[in-house]
Amino acid sequence: MSRIEGVMKALKDQGRKALIPYITAGDPAPDQTVGLMHTLVAAGADIIELGVPFSDPMADGPVIQHACERALVHGTSLRQVLGMVKTFRETDDSTPVVLMGYLNPMEAMGFEAFADSAVDSGVDGILTVDLPPEEADQVAPLFTARHLDAIFLLAPTTTDERISAISEHCSGYVYYVSFKGVTGASNINVEEVAAKVKHIHELTALPVAVGFGIRDAETAAAVGWVSDGVIVGSVLVDTIARNQDDPAQLKKALTDLLHPMRQALDGLAS
Amino acid sequence: MSIKLTEDMLAMLPDTRGHFGDYGGRFVSETLMDSLMTLEKEYLRLKKDPEFQAQFDYDLAHYVGRPSPLYFAERLTKVVGGAQIWLKREDLNHTGAHKINNTIGQALLASFLGKKRVIAETGAGQHGVATATVCARLGLECHVFMGAEDVQRQSLNVFRMKLLGAQVHPVTSGTRTLKDAMNDAMRDWVTNVDDTFYIIGTVAGPHPYPLLVRDFQAVIGRETREQCLKQAGRLPDALVACVGGGSNAIGMFYPFFTDESVELYGVEAGGLGIETGKHAAPLSAGRPGVLHGNRTYLMEDENGQISSTHSVSAGLDYPGVGPEHSWLKDIGRAHYVSVTDDEALDGFRKLTRIEGIMPALETAHAVAYTMKLAAEMDKDKIVVINVSGRGDKDIHTVAQLDGIEL
Repeated sequence: MSRIEGVMKALKDQGRKALIPYITAGDPAPDQTVGLMHTLVAAGADIIELGVPFSDPMADGPVIQHACERALVHGTSLRQVLGMVKTFRETDDSTPVVLMGYLNPMEAMGFEAFADSAVDSGVDGILTVDLPPEEADQVAPLFTARHLDAIFLLAPTTTDERISAISEHCSGYVYYVSFKGVTGASNINVEEVAAKVKHIHELTALPVAVGFGIRDAETAAAVGWVSDGVIVGSVLVDTIARNQDDPAQLKKALTDLLHPMRQALDGLAS
Repeated sequence: MSIKLTEDMLAMLPDTRGHFGDYGGRFVSETLMDSLMTLEKEYLRLKKDPEFQAQFDYDLAHYVGRPSPLYFAERLTKVVGGAQIWLKREDLNHTGAHKINNTIGQALLASFLGKKRVIAETGAGQHGVATATVCARLGLECHVFMGAEDVQRQSLNVFRMKLLGAQVHPVTSGTRTLKDAMNDAMRDWVTNVDDTFYIIGTVAGPHPYPLLVRDFQAVIGRETREQCLKQAGRLPDALVACVGGGSNAIGMFYPFFTDESVELYGVEAGGLGIETGKHAAPLSAGRPGVLHGNRTYLMEDENGQISSTHSVSAGLDYPGVGPEHSWLKDIGRAHYVSVTDDEALDGFRKLTRIEGIMPALETAHAVAYTMKLAAEMDKDKIVVINVSGRGDKDIHTVAQLDGIEL
């Protein structure tokens, strides 16, 4: 059982929901990322999604675009991101880490070299935004062979046929994109999400985590109620942007944001 | 390596997943997959629909003004002193470039699919103008994304688009040029996917765009083939076209793929020189990667981050290229070369002064290379340049380089 599966199963047994924060590696600076990952865990994260910065993040809104730009100013490369995970693992061998990014940096490194290094660094899952399963036949087997979870996106526009097909390529959890749009927008409709997630649950046994549009305890609880976990990205990245010059204040601000979400999600269990 | 292409082989390209060999495909986030699959299905149906094709042909003849002439550039031929140089006059199309062939076709698709809102990206502004034009004619809402730097250097086209009723969105992210305009167009599309048709301006992007843009532009090569046989009595020996994304080049080359005797030359933007790194020539100096929904040759750094590009011509200032060109390069069917900004400007001036035809700076790259190529060829050979656009939009750039204030 992979680390992600283990965490998801334990949460399910406890009737709890996964809290999955996203930050962009190298933002605001590479030497702060590992510390921020520990902060997220201390504030209640079950799994961390660590963004690999890319020059052309087509699926992202301005908040994460700017995070990529800040990280790339420091030259944050995929190899360095893998190094950050390795350092994180020195003091945390239980929190799963999912790398989230675009295909080209992985292709430039070489898929096999990347997969080997991901395992060696203690990465648990890979989510490649611009890689639908139809194009994953080169890459996905390399992940599967190394017990890395390949996580794919489902969207409001995904047909039933595709939900089933994508789920078969997927392991760990599926990432349901809550609305049509880019990250950081705020047009989430909880009723629509609830209906779609319920439907996805009928088509796959995998846990369903929902991302896009979750910004506070209230939206986290509302979406957590109907899913197996929530992914929180842009609101955290925005907090990093606003506190980038004050590391101590940044840790406090992230904790103040994430902790109420944790409490709200755990409130659903009781 | 070079292999002989046959009609049977071409019928299988791209494959059902949009691949040209190792290139092309559909690398987008899940939200767009359904729309792309629907577009592919509908396009393959309409491609065989006589009503759709008749409408397309009618519009090309009566709105665009096709066929465009194939003109023997007698004086330029004499000055160069080698092969005969002929010009395929896409600059004479309505709106002044080849771009309208494609926007007519895609806007027709949008109408058949019932989409009322159109988005487009543009570099030099030619595709933006061509899109705004067909949207005005069909009464469609039009939004054009354009890099903030290009908005400045192509202000004439920006104003044309506004006059045509389009909303122009300057893009300030990244390098503020064509690639960033395409990023923002994709972001708009993913947000408004239900009611919006994305008219991509070149033979790049996720499948089926490289296929349908090529099909709409192939009228250039079909006409050229027919005209050359009729006017010169035989096929040309070489075709030369500039390559940014590569739509005018594919449109010219495609109907000649199986004519082994016809050499194909795609001319990339060499900028300040390939050796300086300040250029926009992924086929000459890049490597395969994935950007904007397809695998193709790209300009990128060792970590897979897309490089910033440089060209005097906004329409060629793009780090990628259509996947079919990547395939043509690898199988050796087409040659990809580059000329510098200075050489292109020389081509611009020569064609203007010798033939009285002012080409776009994009096209000027093809002119400049042809002058070198034709000089080395026998006098009985025929070279055809695809004059993809006219140069009015570039006079501010040229004046500025000359230190003249207009």
